[in-house]
Amino acid sequence: MSIKVRYFASIREVLGRNGDELAARSGMTVAKVWQITAQIDAPVNTIVAVNEEFSDWQQSVSDGDEVAFFPPVTGG
Amino acid sequence: MTVIVSEKAFLPWQVLADYERLRNGLQGQIGAATVFVGTLRSLSQGRPVEAMTLEHYPGMTEKYLQLICREAGEKWQILDSFVQHRYGRILPDEPIVLVAVWSEHRESAFKACRYIIDELKSRAPFWKQEQTDEGLRWVEKNT
Repeated sequence: MSIKVRYFASIREVLGRNGDELAARSGMTVAKVWQITAQIDAPVNTIVAVNEEFSDWQQSVSDGDEVAFFPPVTGG
Repeated sequence: MTVIVSEKAFLPWQVLADYERLRNGLQGQIGAATVFVGTLRSLSQGRPVEAMTLEHYPGMTEKYLQLICREAGEKWQILDSFVQHRYGRILPDEPIVLVAVWSEHRESAFKACRYIIDELKSRAPFWKQEQTDEGLRWVEKNT
């Protein structure tokens, strides 16, 4: 089990990949996940989701969670 | 309540005719239906648009569309709702999204339909990338 990280749209293009996997550490937050995997500053307005629900950078995550990073949505 | 997220091009009026024909249980109850269809224009910010590619987050997209329809049903007295949204490559004049709501009276149908499309635009995880004569560009803000 690990944390599954997914990137969408312009963030996927900036990072050059669809996602990453990493092992959770105790007290790990969404912000920490980004810091470890992306290794660049998050683009302004980056939205985060945990397990397919809108979340925030301070949200704690653990093994088995799916964390997604994407720009503001533009559907419809 | 029905939510469809599909790559396939669709004809909204055909989709609705088929849906109404096959739906059971609402005979004699519907007094109003409202429909919103969003279509791709061939001009964006003054540049001709050749095509658009819609990316989405499979799973989360369906989940939020269902949530938004449920919320509309909690806020207004509606009998049924339907959303179909495309992803993938879309050409000008092709429908992108269809929202339909059925209710006893028009007020609920109008308001719920408006709510669903507005919330979809701000919460459903889709991203538009336009192909113009200047190349590909991500749409950064929904209008």
